[in-house]
Amino acid sequence: MTPPNGAQALWQTLAAHGVGTVFGYPGGAIMPVYDALTLFPDIRHILARHEQGAIHAAEGWAKATGDLGVCLATSGPGATNLVTGLADAMMDSVPLLAITGNVARHLMGTDAFQEADITGITLPITKHNYVVQEAGDLPRVVAEAIHIARSGRPGPVLVDIPKDVQLAAFAGEVHGPQAPPEAPAPDPHALEAAVALLKEARRPVLMVGGGAQGAAAEVTAFARAWRIPTITTLMGLGAFPASDGLWLGMPGMHGSVAANRAISEADVLIGIGLRFDDRVTGRVKDFASRASIIHIDLDAAEISKIVRAHVPVRADAGRAARLLTERAQPLSHPEWTATLAEWRTRGEHPAHWGAAQAVRQVVSRLGPGDILSTDVGQHQMLAAQLARFDRPRRWLTSGGLGTMGFGFPAAIGAALAEPGVTSMVIAGDGGFQMTAQELATLTKYGIRNVKICIVNNSYLGMVRQWQELFHERRYSEVYLGDSNPDFLKLADAYGISGWRADNADDLEGAIDAWLAHDGSALLEVVVPNEHGVFPMVPAGAALSEMIETEPQAVPGGRA
Amino acid sequence: MSADHLVSVLVRDEPRVLTRITSLFGRRAYNIRSLSVGRTEQPGVSRMTFVVTGDRNIVEQAMKQLEKLHDVLHVVDHGLHKYVDRELVLLKVAITPESRVEVRQIAEDFRARIVDVGRHALTFEVTGDEGKVTAFIEQMRPFGILETMRTGRVALTRGSNADLPGQVFHGGETEVLRPVLEAPEPSETQAGGMPGVS
Repeated sequence: MTPPNGAQALWQTLAAHGVGTVFGYPGGAIMPVYDALTLFPDIRHILARHEQGAIHAAEGWAKATGDLGVCLATSGPGATNLVTGLADAMMDSVPLLAITGNVARHLMGTDAFQEADITGITLPITKHNYVVQEAGDLPRVVAEAIHIARSGRPGPVLVDIPKDVQLAAFAGEVHGPQAPPEAPAPDPHALEAAVALLKEARRPVLMVGGGAQGAAAEVTAFARAWRIPTITTLMGLGAFPASDGLWLGMPGMHGSVAANRAISEADVLIGIGLRFDDRVTGRVKDFASRASIIHIDLDAAEISKIVRAHVPVRADAGRAARLLTERAQPLSHPEWTATLAEWRTRGEHPAHWGAAQAVRQVVSRLGPGDILSTDVGQHQMLAAQLARFDRPRRWLTSGGLGTMGFGFPAAIGAALAEPGVTSMVIAGDGGFQMTAQELATLTKYGIRNVKICIVNNSYLGMVRQWQELFHERRYSEVYLGDSNPDFLKLADAYGISGWRADNADDLEGAIDAWLAHDGSALLEVVVPNEHGVFPMVPAGAALSEMIETEPQAVPGGRA
Repeated sequence: MSADHLVSVLVRDEPRVLTRITSLFGRRAYNIRSLSVGRTEQPGVSRMTFVVTGDRNIVEQAMKQLEKLHDVLHVVDHGLHKYVDRELVLLKVAITPESRVEVRQIAEDFRARIVDVGRHALTFEVTGDEGKVTAFIEQMRPFGILETMRTGRVALTRGSNADLPGQVFHGGETEVLRPVLEAPEPSETQAGGMPGVS
């Protein structure tokens, strides 16, 4: 029997932290860890087909559950394949532990086979990272890494373990999890100032971001108690129920007319758990230029980073929302409410056949507990505009980094975390091909609840839309239609059933069959090439300068 | 208004800390005019003093970003309290038989110490605030400066309003470097021993 070593200490520590599922891909420098895995039958390892698939699946797991996602990779090329996922997790504050093997300590720095300075590479895209120097340090370091990943504003932490450290004898103790530190109590003066502003507000707006996904109940109670019209950002979708009459939609580049006009006209804007991304603000100097801004965030560095806060409140979203609810005075703004109601009817997508109609038909079939993941591009923005989320953590998308290839593996991670719900992914024909090899993962583990929808417009649609609007329709290197695979045959090759539709009527039937199919399945929806996503605020413009509906159709296919 | 801001940072004395901090500055395009690093009286704690150029917003943002790093124990904005600061320069100046006396006279005025004497050059050590060091270099320039090395500024808060690690953290050595996590609690997994081994 193998004597206890560092690799076993690693698994023991993960088990002690309740880690039951890890996503990974083996290789030379992580082999002792994979060898020790055989001693831990209670830990489920999901073998992806690419390390990027593994880390996005871990992100999907984390985003759906709010809990830690864990992934494993070997040194060098294995580790560098995690880089995109780490940057993605950093941008979207995903609690993630990435474990990489490295060459033995005496080889580190010698340009040894499959060596890369992964801690150096990932310094700016991790919350923290470590190289473990002694097997005896492993349990402490891993426990600390998990603690850092989960606590405060969550994020990715990488632990790099040289191969000889994995193999070194280990005789120490493992660390169990520790309660995260209490979030700082909000400054009572700041809260008082926020209450005073809200009381006097005539055109108040609440903006809810991804940082409130874990505090949806408190934030919703706060908005309802004060009766404040509420906007959810791309990352905040579901943190306030879309079915509530106070909801105005999503703000920003492809936000709703109501949300963007509300921001431009608001006299008090309260933001909670968000970071005023440039896709949300448009031209910053014109963002909410009539409003006093109250910014609540756990991360002090986000407050006044982009938009100067008149009332900065450093606090946990749930705690701040609870305290503000206690001070609630239901506001009454009949004029504001009427104006918002009028704006809410604006900027609807036309009902004729196209990507918007297709996405509308597909997302309307999501049940309340179902999860929707997307890739990045037009279909993502359409899904964000058209899906209606009443619960948090049901919407998984790559917000900050805009990572193509994210959606499908993320849906796999979410499907494994919650086998009882449908984990639907909407992808484009471009993004799907970046991680399409994970079809094998569905088959290998008999994952039955992933429903893949490819909206195929034969283009990198969002890039094409920008070329149409801002580059005089010079469609440079965005046409995919001449070389896309037959997606149904591709799925079939991995043992996955598929359906196809190219009009609204056929789509209904195809959706029925696709969802009724007992097992994961693929639906390809073929849509016209040149539809755009509107409303749209051109890059660098102010939110008030949004284009509400699609301009007259442009002639021709490929230019 | 772009200006120089003096900031000290107490950090864990661990590998990569310097890279971590300078990469943060680099990525966010905060310009570092000078940087000094050294150990403190407290084992395991190093101190860095930066001069950051930028407007008030940039400096505030830089400090907040620094505070987020796990390796950063404390950030001191010297703009908030009175401080003493010093910089050291080693300066090698060319001399001729005619200029030797004048150079030495100027050096004396600056209380510069001669640390090396060559046939055609003298090397001086000058300590002082940034203005004094700069003035000394300017005085020597006409004679022909061969080499200089400035350390960058170092600073301490004046008086008892100190930013020594022990006082900042109120508990001395153990408190400063207390690990993020306490000693391990025996876990259930462990009680069963190493799987497949015991």
